[in-house]
Amino acid sequence: MRIAPVPASLGVAILLATAACGSSDETTAASGKGPITVEATDTSCTVDRSEATAGTIEFTVRNTGSKVNEFYVYGEGDQIIGEVENITPGLTRSFHVEVASPGTYQMACKPGMKGKGIRADFTVTGATTSQAPDAAMAAAVTSYQAFVSAQSDELLTRTTEFVALVKAGKVKEAKAAFPVARGPWERIEPVAESFGDLDPMIDGREDVVEEGMEFTGFHRLEKDLWDTGLQSDSGAIADKLLVDVKEIVVQGQAVQLNPLQLANGAKGLLDEVAVGKITGEEDRYSHTDLYDFDENVKGSKAAIDALRPVLKARDGALLTNIDARFQTLDTELDKYRTDTGFKLYTELTKDQVKALSVAVDAVSEDISKVAGVVAQ
Amino acid sequence: MTDLSRRRLLGVGAGAAVVGAVAGVGGAYAAQQGSEGSDGSATVGQADEADVPFRGAHQSGIITPAQDRMHFVALDVVTEDRAAVAEMLKAWTRAAERMTVGAEAAPGGVVGGGPYRAPEDTGEAYDLDASDLTITIGYGPSLFDDRFGLADRRPAALQDLPGFVGDDLDPGRSGGDLCIQACANDPQVAVHAVRNLVRMGFGVVSVRWSQLGFGRTSSTTRDQVTPRNMFGFKDGTNNLKAEDTAALSEHVWVQPADVPGDSAWMAGGSYLVARRIRMHIEIWDRTTLQEQQDIIGRDKGEGAPLGQKAEFDALDFATKGADGKPAIAVDAHVALAHESRLNGIRILRRGYNFTDGSDGLGHLDAGLFFIGFMRDAQKQFVPMQRALAAKDGLNEYIEHTGSAVFACPPGLGPDAHWGQDLFS
Repeated sequence: MRIAPVPASLGVAILLATAACGSSDETTAASGKGPITVEATDTSCTVDRSEATAGTIEFTVRNTGSKVNEFYVYGEGDQIIGEVENITPGLTRSFHVEVASPGTYQMACKPGMKGKGIRADFTVTGATTSQAPDAAMAAAVTSYQAFVSAQSDELLTRTTEFVALVKAGKVKEAKAAFPVARGPWERIEPVAESFGDLDPMIDGREDVVEEGMEFTGFHRLEKDLWDTGLQSDSGAIADKLLVDVKEIVVQGQAVQLNPLQLANGAKGLLDEVAVGKITGEEDRYSHTDLYDFDENVKGSKAAIDALRPVLKARDGALLTNIDARFQTLDTELDKYRTDTGFKLYTELTKDQVKALSVAVDAVSEDISKVAGVVAQ
Repeated sequence: MTDLSRRRLLGVGAGAAVVGAVAGVGGAYAAQQGSEGSDGSATVGQADEADVPFRGAHQSGIITPAQDRMHFVALDVVTEDRAAVAEMLKAWTRAAERMTVGAEAAPGGVVGGGPYRAPEDTGEAYDLDASDLTITIGYGPSLFDDRFGLADRRPAALQDLPGFVGDDLDPGRSGGDLCIQACANDPQVAVHAVRNLVRMGFGVVSVRWSQLGFGRTSSTTRDQVTPRNMFGFKDGTNNLKAEDTAALSEHVWVQPADVPGDSAWMAGGSYLVARRIRMHIEIWDRTTLQEQQDIIGRDKGEGAPLGQKAEFDALDFATKGADGKPAIAVDAHVALAHESRLNGIRILRRGYNFTDGSDGLGHLDAGLFFIGFMRDAQKQFVPMQRALAAKDGLNEYIEHTGSAVFACPPGLGPDAHWGQDLFS
């Protein structure tokens, strides 16, 4: 992502510019070449020029004060374009900043490492440095959209089977089909959730359905199958579920995503696990939460897999960590696999649930960094 | 200042720099201007003077004047990757040092990452100063099992505490591979510190238990007023104080001779004993003043030892009361815990009052989160607690519900980081 420059009006603080105003310095400033030198004290921040040409800009920061200092280059909204920290008294440190677009930025010295710092505007001139279109990113999106489309098809197939069993009054078979039918849904949940009312109609839980909305969808049928027994309107509810799922399929196959949505989707799926599945809230009648858990994780992995080439190129260490932590999570989840699927949530001890939660936290923390890598 | 042009700003600044260099007043000018623009640097300089130094011979948070608030966490290591633990401790050092001066956990941590990143700092302490924040870490005995190849480096004194009479320990509130003690005068600052360190540790450590403390129950320097515990009594009058340097060497700091060979990394450190002591507040409140005072061995108003007048009067076990019996009963709390009855044993107490809501039976789940620092928990806390557990009249009103011991390594020199010596 390119950093937009700050509007000049936002530059509110001060800069103690160089005291030397000789002609040679002005020449340097005009040409915008060579490193920009910064002298930082506990109370001042002096730079030898405040303009540079777009591209790679080098700063050399010398701390002549008595406090640990930091130097920042900020874009809009105080987004950090570049920074160098832990400049201890007496130390000089150099660093490079990539600034792609001309405009007004801000520089800041931060004696004592806190507060807004001592600031000044910083002008970048010249032409925007071009960025090659990212083919890997486009490929990631295409690949993930294909995944969403395939899962939508699968959702339709499985829901059709489940609905037929409910309508035939085959409770035992319908119960077995319930967690299986939900699988593809759970894999693409963040995408499906973006289609307005379809999400609550298909997957709403009784206590989160909005006022005035009927309790329908998977969880209504779950309640019928496990708790109250099939009701007179169970068949109608099943029919409606199928209609709604068909609509999801149409929308899912046409969805246009961007790379950030992939990254946020990967995170969103793990959030689903952390707040809904790890607590046993999602499938409160059937207690088949671990099925959904597993599918959410698979969906999150699919988004990461689509982004894999991008992540590998930009932050291989993060990708390695994510892979390792997904592995740990899988190992933990594997402990509860049975011949037909998973143990019920209610069969797990508190310690076992905590171990799962620890593994989810670990991978979630890393996945939360993916959006930033994609956006950079 | 937005109506001024950039050139104008620079011009003003340049002038100030010259004046500053010559007359030494430019700094004040700069700071003042900064304050007008935003929060500026004027407050930065003032706050710095008050911050507790992060580095030094010993970790801060031990003899540092006890702050009013505490957030303590015990953590379990959840990875088998030794390098990941060492790396986390190094990352913690950087963040902790930053937070103890009131800085964000990472540069630009709150908003500097831009709109598409999860902020690196959680932000709730963004506008707060450091509030005397100290962050102290410790290693539990279990860290030295066979997982990380540290067995040979375990100091002999670092052992789980034995059971004591009357203990009702909850495993979920006891033990841990690591601990973080964050103390500050603003609770939000302490909680922020722990929250951010815990977050950095996901995948490496997991919180095993945690405790919030809302009021210090000990003074660790002579100029602090002695606070009161939840029983309403002054607590820690006879505590070791930061000024007692010789006594600290004898009773608090691990000496090189204590930790020969592979455990030498612990020299200059201290053992932290944590005990969650639930107080049966409501029962205590129904107890007569005389009985309360007899149990403690001090008067409630002044805090003086029974038979004496002022808080800091020495305890005299020979003084008789009106009834001809010793004014301080032989099994009074202050008598049992007194060095003269414990072969000279002393510890540095640094505990906090806590109230964790209520217990579902209409009673406060409140008490004292005891923290004691000492040179050898086995030789100091264990005999002291054995004596108290056996005879203390307070036992009718208290119950120990959590227990842990940690080896807090020595302080950090310039450029050093936590775990460096232990994991080297």
